[in-house]
Amino acid sequence: MATENEMSAVINTHDDHADHPSGLMRWVTTTNHKDIGTMYLWFSLAMLFLGGMLALTLRAELFQPGIQIVNPEFFNQLTTMHGLIMVFGAIMPAFVGFANWQIPMMIGAPDMAFARMNNWSFWLLPVAASLLVISFFVPGGAPAAGWTIYAPLSTQMGPGMDLGIFALHIMGASSIMGSINIITTILNMRAPGMTLMKMPMFVWTWLITAYLLIAVMPVLAGAITMVLADRHFGTSFFNAAGGGDPVMFQHIFWFFGHPEVYIMILPAFGIVSQVIPAFARKPLFGYASMVYATSSIAILSFIVWAHHMFTVGLPTAGLLFFMYATMLIAVPTGVKVFNWLATMWKGSMTFETPMLFAVGFLCVFTMGWFTGLMLAIMPVDVQLQDSYYVVAHFHYVLVAGSLFALFAGTYFWIPKWTGRMYDESLGKWHFWLSMIFFNITFFPMHFLGLAGMPRRIPDYASQFTEFNVIASVGAFGFGLSQLLFLYALLKCSVLGRGDKAPARPWEGADTLEWTHLPSPAPYHSFHEQPDVK
Amino acid sequence: MNFKLGPLTGGLLLALHAGLGSAAYQLNFQPPATRIAGEIYDLHMLMMYVILVIFCIVFGVMFYSIYAHRKSAGRKAEQFHENTTVEIIWTVIPFLILVGMAWPATKTLIEFKDTSSPDITIKVTGYQWKWGYDYIKGEGEGIGFLSNLATPQDQIHNRKPKGEHYLLEVDNPLVVPVGKKVRVLTTANDVIHSFWVPAFGIKQDAIPGFVRDTWFRADREGTYRGQCAELCGKDHGFMPIVVEVVSQEKYVQWVAGQKAKAAAAATDPDKQWSADELKARGEKVYAANCASCHQLNGKGLPPAFPALDGSKIAAGDKAAHIDMVVNGKTGSSMPAFGKQLPDTDIAAVVTYERNAWGNKTGDAVQPGEVKAARR
Repeated sequence: MATENEMSAVINTHDDHADHPSGLMRWVTTTNHKDIGTMYLWFSLAMLFLGGMLALTLRAELFQPGIQIVNPEFFNQLTTMHGLIMVFGAIMPAFVGFANWQIPMMIGAPDMAFARMNNWSFWLLPVAASLLVISFFVPGGAPAAGWTIYAPLSTQMGPGMDLGIFALHIMGASSIMGSINIITTILNMRAPGMTLMKMPMFVWTWLITAYLLIAVMPVLAGAITMVLADRHFGTSFFNAAGGGDPVMFQHIFWFFGHPEVYIMILPAFGIVSQVIPAFARKPLFGYASMVYATSSIAILSFIVWAHHMFTVGLPTAGLLFFMYATMLIAVPTGVKVFNWLATMWKGSMTFETPMLFAVGFLCVFTMGWFTGLMLAIMPVDVQLQDSYYVVAHFHYVLVAGSLFALFAGTYFWIPKWTGRMYDESLGKWHFWLSMIFFNITFFPMHFLGLAGMPRRIPDYASQFTEFNVIASVGAFGFGLSQLLFLYALLKCSVLGRGDKAPARPWEGADTLEWTHLPSPAPYHSFHEQPDVK
Repeated sequence: MNFKLGPLTGGLLLALHAGLGSAAYQLNFQPPATRIAGEIYDLHMLMMYVILVIFCIVFGVMFYSIYAHRKSAGRKAEQFHENTTVEIIWTVIPFLILVGMAWPATKTLIEFKDTSSPDITIKVTGYQWKWGYDYIKGEGEGIGFLSNLATPQDQIHNRKPKGEHYLLEVDNPLVVPVGKKVRVLTTANDVIHSFWVPAFGIKQDAIPGFVRDTWFRADREGTYRGQCAELCGKDHGFMPIVVEVVSQEKYVQWVAGQKAKAAAAATDPDKQWSADELKARGEKVYAANCASCHQLNGKGLPPAFPALDGSKIAAGDKAAHIDMVVNGKTGSSMPAFGKQLPDTDIAAVVTYERNAWGNKTGDAVQPGEVKAARR
């Protein structure tokens, strides 16, 4: 009914209209891709700060050797929940938020294909997040088996583990629905003339990501359902005493888990591929090869999972296969890095905050690419597996990769979302403080891992003290710097301060949302699809 | 790539800490003590040099471009966006570099996996949270013992200054002869653990219900320290590994000493122990096996780890108490110590718990009672 009204309103007025509920009910019942995108983004920001606070508690405990602030069980709960909240609560929903806002505008579509399912896939998330938070308060506390919830450790936990499993199920369902929506939108609702090979890179990367999500989220659901059954129904999927195999859990988990890490980085590639050409005032170099590189990364991601398990005792042939396959990923990843460099080359660059974060992404992501190559070499990985080197590696690709790209994208598109320019000097401060403190936090962790410090330990031997002190200081600096981001966001959204944004504030930006829509983008856009030449 | 830290961090370092311990600011792997560890070290260095070269090229191009191709420097953007030749070049060259890296990696990997014809075979069992070592073949066959963290709780909780080998010291180290090929079979009793000795270049997961293997041949005498590398619950950070590599002569002596100790410890199962003997022995067993959860003061860490002081079991029915220690409690972290400890130790620790703190049962449990409780 509401949609019918909206449809007629769309046809009649071509403008913002007021026949949707206002106040809280607007957000509960909305089927508008922009509203839903906004909710995804605020939700993921809240989760980012929650996960960040858990991380800062960890770093406070690790500031000095000895047990000072949290006891070891709680420490394990914090590491686990930090991982789960950041992966499933912050990074993934943030990219879905970008997809919701940007994909319809970038392909010239009026909304997402399944508007009501879109509402449902968002509103599942707060439910899942509540389950995660509640798990801290049940007997035995939150899940404490690491975000990888390896069996049989995860079968030992209290009821908090069940809440965690249900939360993952719900978030998985949300992701699958989101992906169906994104794929359907992209394949069916592009403006006339926009062939697949004319789509903006961000849309391409999300199309590929959505396929990855549909392929692997059910695999995760299977793995955690088997853990649930082992915990409560007397099955022995992962219990050797009953004929099961604990290592099987890892195979299934990482069959999900490796594509999952690309799910978190491919849309970041997409954002960076929009931002760099815009500020270099030059088309993206090697568009076609970017598409092929992204696709090959996605395909390869299905055949490298056991590199997370180099120390479980795989046979020699298996080790060789997974080592070679993993090394191969460095090729398409390299192609992407070189293409971005070639895009910058002989451009006419300016360095507003989005570009700073994109170039920052390029610097630190490249570091993560190097350490990833190091970890692919199985004999070296034997030394580094489950050490702080791995912690450094995945924070270089996830924080400095995904998160920096999210920052770049936010500053890039916020004029279109809010109609106001963000505060440029605030943005620059945010970038430089984040970049410096990020490296102070995570660079020393490479050395800790090389010297032999295992990850996920609440206390450490004295020789690791110095670098842990540095990392902890850096972590607090990094965490506090994010308050600048919050302030910059509030300023141009809720507080409504800042200069009015023109329709196209970035000289080199040429996708449809800049060329065809005013800032802020109207509540309903592209009811008539534009022609794309 | 030290320089990334920059002078800012350098200053910060100095300001924060005057440098503690011997290996502060260690930037690379521990000095290798086996050939494999040496090969891994070299492989890592080779990779580092290759990466450094690529790093310099990529960052050189990037920073040159950032400097030279600025709008503020008056650049007009060129509009090229395709070049098949360079695309092929930067696909093929990295591929060739990778092939060059894969070659030495493959050689080391194959050597790493070759566990054939060992001199000594040792089974390593991961427990929550300690290691068990059983010499099952070769010189020393039949020796078996548990290896617990030796760092006192007072140091961990900052009540006493930390020792030199804080958290990396154990009561009973693994002892092996220098220059002999030692095959390590790993397994676990409860959850997955991982046996990691960095100086030997080995890390092998210990998986409950399965046996996996790895090997090392230490080429220098000395003490080598490692830790469990797979999250295994509360005290994952408190189950170190210490390996003493000794000369052949010393190893022979050690084996003889262990055998003599085992013979002396093999007490007459029917011997009646006095309450004081049991309490004294029990206190040590308690400190090594029980205190990390139930705490030295018997107050535990509720709700996960209940107090023993005044508990319904430890100050109540004796048979239930023995059963709990011997058979554990399924669905909780309480392991079945019957699988780990001899009757005498269990009798001693139960006696200790029933008479320590506020518990005043006056019971003295004899090994025979423990034996009867084993299912």
